[in-house]
Order: sequence, then structure tokens, then C-alpha cells
Amino acid sequence: MLSVSNLEVVYDDVVLVLRGLSLDVPAGSIVAVLGANGAGKTTLLRAVTGLLGPHRGRITKGTVRLDGEDITGADPAKIVRRGIAQVLEGRRVFAEITVDENLKAGAYTRRSRAEVKESYARVLDLFPVLAQRRKSIAGYLSGGEQQMLAIGRALMASPRLLLLDEPSLGLAPRLVEQVRDIIVQINQQGTSVLLIEQNAVMALAIANSGYVLENGKVVKDGPAADLLADEDIREFYLGSGERRSFADVKSYRRRKRWSA
Amino acid sequence: MTAFLQNCFAGLALGSTYALVALGFVVIFKSTGVINFAQGGLLALGAYLGYTFSNNLLLGFGVAILLACLAAALVGAGFERIVLRRMVGQPPFAVIMITIGLLFILEPVITAIWGFDNLQVRNPWNINTVELGGLVFGVKDLWTIGLTTAVVIGFFAFFKYSPLGLAMRVTAFDPEAALAQGISARRVYAVSWAIAAALAALAGIAMAAGPGGLSPSIGFIALAAFPAMIVGGMDSPGGAVLGGLVIGLAEALTRGYQDQLFSWAGDNVSIIVPYILMIVILLIRPYGLLGTKDVRRV
Ligand SMILES: Nc1ncnc2c1ncn2[C@@H]1O[C@H](COP(=O)(O)OP(=O)(O)OP(=O)(O)O)[C@@H](O)[C@H]1O
Ligand SMILES: [Mg+2]
Repeated sequence: MLSVSNLEVVYDDVVLVLRGLSLDVPAGSIVAVLGANGAGKTTLLRAVTGLLGPHRGRITKGTVRLDGEDITGADPAKIVRRGIAQVLEGRRVFAEITVDENLKAGAYTRRSRAEVKESYARVLDLFPVLAQRRKSIAGYLSGGEQQMLAIGRALMASPRLLLLDEPSLGLAPRLVEQVRDIIVQINQQGTSVLLIEQNAVMALAIANSGYVLENGKVVKDGPAADLLADEDIREFYLGSGERRSFADVKSYRRRKRWSA
Repeated sequence: MTAFLQNCFAGLALGSTYALVALGFVVIFKSTGVINFAQGGLLALGAYLGYTFSNNLLLGFGVAILLACLAAALVGAGFERIVLRRMVGQPPFAVIMITIGLLFILEPVITAIWGFDNLQVRNPWNINTVELGGLVFGVKDLWTIGLTTAVVIGFFAFFKYSPLGLAMRVTAFDPEAALAQGISARRVYAVSWAIAAALAALAGIAMAAGPGGLSPSIGFIALAAFPAMIVGGMDSPGGAVLGGLVIGLAEALTRGYQDQLFSWAGDNVSIIVPYILMIVILLIRPYGLLGTKDVRRV
């Protein structure tokens, strides 16, 4: 479905962040992307959805294809219409407006009212919490509820491919499980998923396959079960090793908490 | 008492004009983060176009107003498309300088086409008045207040309920997240400019239809609407309307009681009242009357 090949991305014309990254999301699958702080995970999503512009980033090489169609560097509105929706890192719900209005904003690219209604019903069905708080201002929801809203908002575009950027970030273990189950459910309803996660255990538990990024390159990929069993990955993500990059991960987590 | 009410009425009429212009300021500021100093130029352009439609093309006054607003909206959106689009990502300061540039371009263009003379716009309002309960209402003032009310209600309905209005609000709040929903920021910017220009044009024609007539200095009214925007809170459309009315009332009342209360301050004190009020209100409420209260959860 999504096929990224040999992608290079540069910020500010000088900072090379993705260095020839290739990755595939087969139709109907969940693909996990793991990687430490600054590996380029978010940059990868921005490159796919056309959001590099506001960050002064640019694709300098490589292609992004959706079902064979070249969408490299297309504008975000077009990409959303083609069927890719993204849940941004850090939720980014529109805090000043209601839950309903957030969902309506997610459906901005869609024409048919009937279809929007259908998606709306589907989202409320998937997130009963949101159904109860439709008229609440989004900024007053809890962190978990905001994450649900961010996912629900993306689903309002009725995407064929959903990109999730660290949806478990800052959530308590129970909520992480809930998010995990919802991702599985969304996938079962026919949406392919590209899941970026720090929580490797959660991601690999539900993914079909996975990629590990380091410094803008894929350093490891394969079926999720293999990655889960991989010594290096266990060491790196489950915290039993002494590697330097692991320290990065720790400081990174702390940083995220401050900004969350 | 009659005099007081009379002054209040004058203040509301003046305030309506300010409210329209200030609302235009806010719409552009909110969605693009830029203060549009060309607002006065667009106002003058709209007024002169109204003059041409009404006097030269002999269209009905209502049609002339409508066409002038549309034409001004096209100019505003076109300017955004052609010039400002290239400035996306540049510091707001640079963009603000460009809007000042537009103001300086519009002025000579207007005088080159229409000259410096004071023109009288052919219109049904003129200096007609109606009397009611001992008060004298200028027909033009009544229309200004009525049209402003209608337009402001229309704007808020659009802003609150239409998809494009929602797109404008969320783009203002978080441009990147809005983009991620497939909302075209370019379209939002162009629409913001179009709306602001149309509002300014309406204010311009309403003024030009009054006893003062139409001269190139009509654009200066935007300078008084500027404090209205600040008083209301730069990013609050409701605040702009409120600020406009407050400033208009304050100015009209000062003028009304000039002889009794402010004779020591000279003849023109009413002109500086908007600025004095702006400073006082900013001292008390730095974000203006209805400026942003951040509801983001931290
Ligand atoms: N707007 C930008 N301008 C310049 N450099 C940037 C910009 N955004 C990201 N970078 C750099 O690109 C690299 C990759 O960043 P990216 O956000 O893609 O990493 P990430 O894998 O998502 O990390 P995280 O887990 O912290 O979200 C980092 O070194 C970062 O400093
Ligand atoms: Mg990231």
C-alpha cells in the first residue's frame, strides 16, 4: 500500500535527517517503526504526509508511493484525500474547540455528508469516552481522552492508511493497553496502520512487521515476532543493557514528560 | 438626557464602522499572525469603487455596496495570493512591512484614478434624518448600525458553523495540525484577506455615504479602528466588535461634551480618546477585553 524508497530528507537545507530510508506497509497490515530519540521517525511521517514545509524540511531524494501512485512531496490536503491520515506526535487536538468540532475538522476534506455521518458514528462507537463528552472543550479532556480524540479525528478522514506517532506517549499502562486494542480494532476494520512507538513491546505485540531506525536509516527489519525475540532489541528497549544510546532514550523520555 | 442618548447613538454608528474595520484586522491577525496595515487603503479602495458603481455606472446603491465589497475582497485575496504567499515562513515583521507597502501603493493609485477632490456618493441615505421621541437619527447612521449588525452576525455564524470558518479557527490555533487534517492553509489565508477587505470596503462606503463625503483621507479611520482591535484583544473577533463600539462611544461622548468638560484640552481631544482608552485598558488588561485565555491543558 505505502512504499517509501530510498528517502532522503534535509532540514534547513543542511541537516540531513533521513539517509536513504526504505519501508513498506502492505495493505491491511500493522507496521511498527521503532527508534531512539532523533532517529527520524517523525520526519518520516512528515515526509509521507507533506508536512515538512512548516519545518523547513525538504525531500531531496527517493520516492513515496501510495498504491503505486507517486505522492512524493504532494501537498497535505491531497494526501489526506488520497487516504492517508496522521495522528501527530503529542496529540495536538484543537484545545479551544469542542470534541465534536475537532471531529468535524478531521472530516474537512470529505464531501459526502452521509459518509461523514457514518464515520462519526464509527468513531463514537470506537471511543465511548468521546461520545459522552461531545460538547466538552477538547482542552479539558484528560491526556488519554485527548489521544482518543486525536485518533478519532484522524479516522474522520476515513483513511485507508493511518499513521500514528507515539500514541502511547505519556499514558498510564492501562490506557496504553486501551490504545493498543483500539489500533487492532481499527486495523481489523480494514485500515492499514503505520505505528511509531517507543513502547516496543506494545508495538511489536500487535504489528505484523517492524523496522528499527537509527540515524535516519533502517538498521533492522523483519516480522514482528522475530524483532521481539531479537537480542539487541530486547537489550535496547527493555532496558537490560548499558549501551550509550539507551541513556539517550532515558533522557529523551524525561524531556517528553516536561513538554507533555 | 436627550443629548446623552443622541451622543450614544452617534457613538454606536461610529463604533460600528470601527467594529467592521477592527474585525478585519482580527481576522487577518488571527489566521496569519500579521497586522494588516493596508486595511485603511482597502477601505478607501472599497469606498471609491462604491462611488464608481453608484455614480458612474448608475447602479442601485445596494448593488454598488455589494459589488464594491466583492471587488475589494478579490483585491485582498489576490494580494495574499500573489505577494504574501511568497512570504510564508518569513518573519511576521517582514510581512507587516509589505502590508505597509501595499498601503503606500494603494493611496497614489486611488488619487490617480479618482483625484483629490471631495466626492459625493450618489446614495439614498445622504443627510436624511428621522425623528423619534425627540431624538434625531441620521438615516445613514441607522443603516450603518443595521448593516454592521447583520454582517457581524453573519460573520459569527460563518465562523462558528461553516466548515471554512472551522478551518479558519483551527488553522489559527495550530497550523500544522490543521494541515494534517487536509485543511489548506493557503485557502484559509486568502479567505481571511478577502473577508477583511470586504469588511473594510463596507465600512468605507458607509462612511462615504455620509455628510463628510469621500476624500482620499477616508482611510485614516483605520487608524482609530486599530486601537479598537487592541482594546478588544488582538485575536478575538468578538473583542474587535466590542472594542469598536467602546471606542466609538468614547469618542462620540467626548466630542459631545467637549465644550462642557474638555474645553481645556483643545478641539481635537476626541480624536486621541481611542488611544488614551487603549493605553488605559492595556494597563488593566494586557490582553485586551476579550483576548485569549489559553485553555490548553498543561
Ligand atoms: N524542524 C527541524 N529543523 C531541524 N532539524 C530538525 C527539525 N525537526 C527535527 N529535526 C532533527 O531531525 C532529527 C530527527 O527528528 P525526528 O523528530 O524525526 O526524530 P524522532 O525519531 O521522531 O524523535 P522523537 O522520538 O524524539 O520524536 C533530530 O536530530 C532532530 O533534531
Ligand atoms: Mg518523533
